[in-house]
Amino acid sequence: MDILYLLIPLSVILVFFILGGLWWAIYRGQFEDIESEGERILKDS
Amino acid sequence: MIFPNSLATTYNDKVVRQFAIMTVVWGVVGMLVGVIIAAQLTWPELNLGIPWLTYGRLRPLHTNAVIFAFGGCGLFASAYYVAQRTCHVRLFGDKLAAFTFWGWQLVIVAAAISLPLGFTEGKEYAELEWPIDILITLVWVSFAIVFFGTIGTRKVRHIYVANWFFGAFIIAVALLHLVNSAAIPAGYMKSYSAYAGVQDAMVQWWYGHNAVGFFLTAGFLGMMYYFIPKQAERPVYSYRLSIVHFWALIFTYMWAGPHHLHYTALPDWTQSVGMVFSLILLAPSWGGMINGIMTLSGAWHKLRDDPILRFLIVSLSFYGMSTFEGPMMSIKTVNALSHYTDWTVGHVHSGALGWVGLVTMGSMYYLIPRLFGQKQMYSVKAIEVHFWTATIGIVIYIASMWIAGVMQGLMWRAINTDGTLTYTFVESVKATFPFYVLRLLGGLLYLSGMVIMLWNTLKTATSGRSVTVTILAPVAIAHA
Repeated sequence: MDILYLLIPLSVILVFFILGGLWWAIYRGQFEDIESEGERILKDS
Repeated sequence: MIFPNSLATTYNDKVVRQFAIMTVVWGVVGMLVGVIIAAQLTWPELNLGIPWLTYGRLRPLHTNAVIFAFGGCGLFASAYYVAQRTCHVRLFGDKLAAFTFWGWQLVIVAAAISLPLGFTEGKEYAELEWPIDILITLVWVSFAIVFFGTIGTRKVRHIYVANWFFGAFIIAVALLHLVNSAAIPAGYMKSYSAYAGVQDAMVQWWYGHNAVGFFLTAGFLGMMYYFIPKQAERPVYSYRLSIVHFWALIFTYMWAGPHHLHYTALPDWTQSVGMVFSLILLAPSWGGMINGIMTLSGAWHKLRDDPILRFLIVSLSFYGMSTFEGPMMSIKTVNALSHYTDWTVGHVHSGALGWVGLVTMGSMYYLIPRLFGQKQMYSVKAIEVHFWTATIGIVIYIASMWIAGVMQGLMWRAINTDGTLTYTFVESVKATFPFYVLRLLGGLLYLSGMVIMLWNTLKTATSGRSVTVTILAPVAIAHA
């Protein structure tokens, strides 16, 4: 099952990218005022 | 740096309009091919002895048409629309966006020609030969540039949750396509996979199940998180839960694939890993389903008179059903009964017809009149009729496949006291015949609903006109 040596590292790298995305979102204030963001789309068109 | 799209005063709805119309057109085509092959399974003579019309060639045409042509166009249309509306900015790169439309249509036409001619890589949902794979890659990279360019030039700080789902879908599909379609060309329409044997099977189902997870789930959840609140005129039930839903889903999805290879040459522990991850997926899936449905809390009466909302909410019920059924079927002991039977076909179609189909149709019914300067579709009554034909069609389809599948599984494993098999294979085929007739009936109903939608769409488009919408400045939200 040599293919696992490709697929597992690939998934691990992906998880790090996802973690990076989560990190970015949290520390860039994406989730600061979260419930009001749900209402904004009702006023967009 | 200022990009031209941030200075534009109008949205790019032309490409959205094109994709929305083609969603409906390809829906009719793909479902028609589905009905034809359902009829061929019932009466095999219907391939008329013509190689191009045989089941083996038309089946991949059906799956590619409904997933990538119908579903794909629907995802392009809604991702482009939602990104522009929630970011309050025009699409990034008008020419590139136009290229994604024409390029994607070319991919679809190339599939529709090459598959019946017998050109195939033989990988499920990735049958297209290498020149088409390269075109897909070009279109997909352009899609990513247009989408993320739009997000990057947004006028509001927060990125709405639907965009996160669309973004994850675009990135994951790019990765899956590149790894799974790696092949050595051996002629202009012939290639060999870069992997062999069980390795190839593992890559194929790593791709295959993640295509279900990211193409058919994450992308359509993006649709759900925008169009349900808009149609219900209420914010999503818990925005917080929608964020948890997103991160939980994408962190846990990647390793469900091995459940497609239970009891094969794949190592036993890999099968078990696949099963465990599949079971874990139940939690985020149901969290999202409940969140979507509860958006209507306090406004349930809207379901009574709004057929579009009914499409959207019933699609979520099917999402809940199939994301419960899927993890159950991934349990090895259940899979021992269900694998290779029509139960799998029923499960796929409860997700495909029920979830993906209905949520796309509901979203397009919201979108199409707005793209043509109308308040609503030409005939609301026709939406209502479509809803019932589609829903009854799905129920007939999946119920007949459940019964057929369990029956096949039980017949195949039945053993006489002396250890011989009770039934021959052909006896199970014979016993399945009435259920194939019923499945054809369900498919016909679903297809006729889609034909009604096509008529309604054409009427709406011709009685309206292509409107250009001015970008609204984002509204400041009062902080509680």
